[in-house]
Amino acid sequence: MTFEVLVNVSLRPGIADPQGATIERALPALGFAGVADVRVGKSIAFTVEADDEGAALATVQDLCHRFLTNPVIEDSTVSITPAATPVS
Amino acid sequence: MAVVRFPGTNCEFDVVEAVESLGATAEIVFHDRPSLGAADAVVVAGGFAHGDYLRPGAIARFSPVMSAVAEFAARGGPVIGICNGFQVLTEAGLLPGALQKNAGLKFRCETVELRVETTDSALTNRATAGAVLRIPINHFEGNYTCSPETLAELRAEDRVVLRYVENPNGSVDDIAGVCNAGRNVVGLMPHPERACHELLGSTDGRPLLASFL
Repeated sequence: MTFEVLVNVSLRPGIADPQGATIERALPALGFAGVADVRVGKSIAFTVEADDEGAALATVQDLCHRFLTNPVIEDSTVSITPAATPVS
Repeated sequence: MAVVRFPGTNCEFDVVEAVESLGATAEIVFHDRPSLGAADAVVVAGGFAHGDYLRPGAIARFSPVMSAVAEFAARGGPVIGICNGFQVLTEAGLLPGALQKNAGLKFRCETVELRVETTDSALTNRATAGAVLRIPINHFEGNYTCSPETLAELRAEDRVVLRYVENPNGSVDDIAGVCNAGRNVVGLMPHPERACHELLGSTDGRPLLASFL
């Protein structure tokens, strides 16, 4: 089966986020009030072939831990859905 | 000596020039090589290995040569990671912590002052404890970050090798360089190879490079 995967990589709580802080500082000058706690991350989309969703998740979590994130400073969340149409 | 080069490394010739001026012989080793040859010291040079894609060092650490570097380090051989090389060594798990984007989001390219915090490391055994060295920095992601537990361990074991006199990038505890528990693997963001000749404005990098030659 083919699964569509979206990995969201974010800085761990307590890790300073210079990009988020810079965006937040710019907001008042642009007229946006009440926006706070800005954190910048990245999302990584891909497909994976696996027998079932559990196997796909295990592969993706291993991939996240060993490569897509640096566990010293980053966390990840994973969403997996069966591909709507087979990828040819 | 072996100088490791990845696609995107750009400081390897500076390192070779600097260590040869100190009487050593150096060979550049490309990342796809599984061996370091007969080298008795290794420098992972600076630059932008694999374009710094994903994270600096994230892809480089899977290169074949890094297995040889890890084995060399495990045998106690001196391994020095400079700038991007420091990032590679943290990603490879040979050094603790991580290098984040600079606080202030500025690429910092200037000569800074560093204090030698310990002479018990492969990079500082010929330096003087407490000495202040003028060495250039040239980085965007040099903001040293680690867990409070790791920081406590580094301090307790005297493994902070170099500190910035004035912190240029937000590094925790002003850390410019750290070593592993064996004290033979050292990473630092500043470039000692660029401070090895009067014409470059400083020769303060020479005792650092001489320490592992």
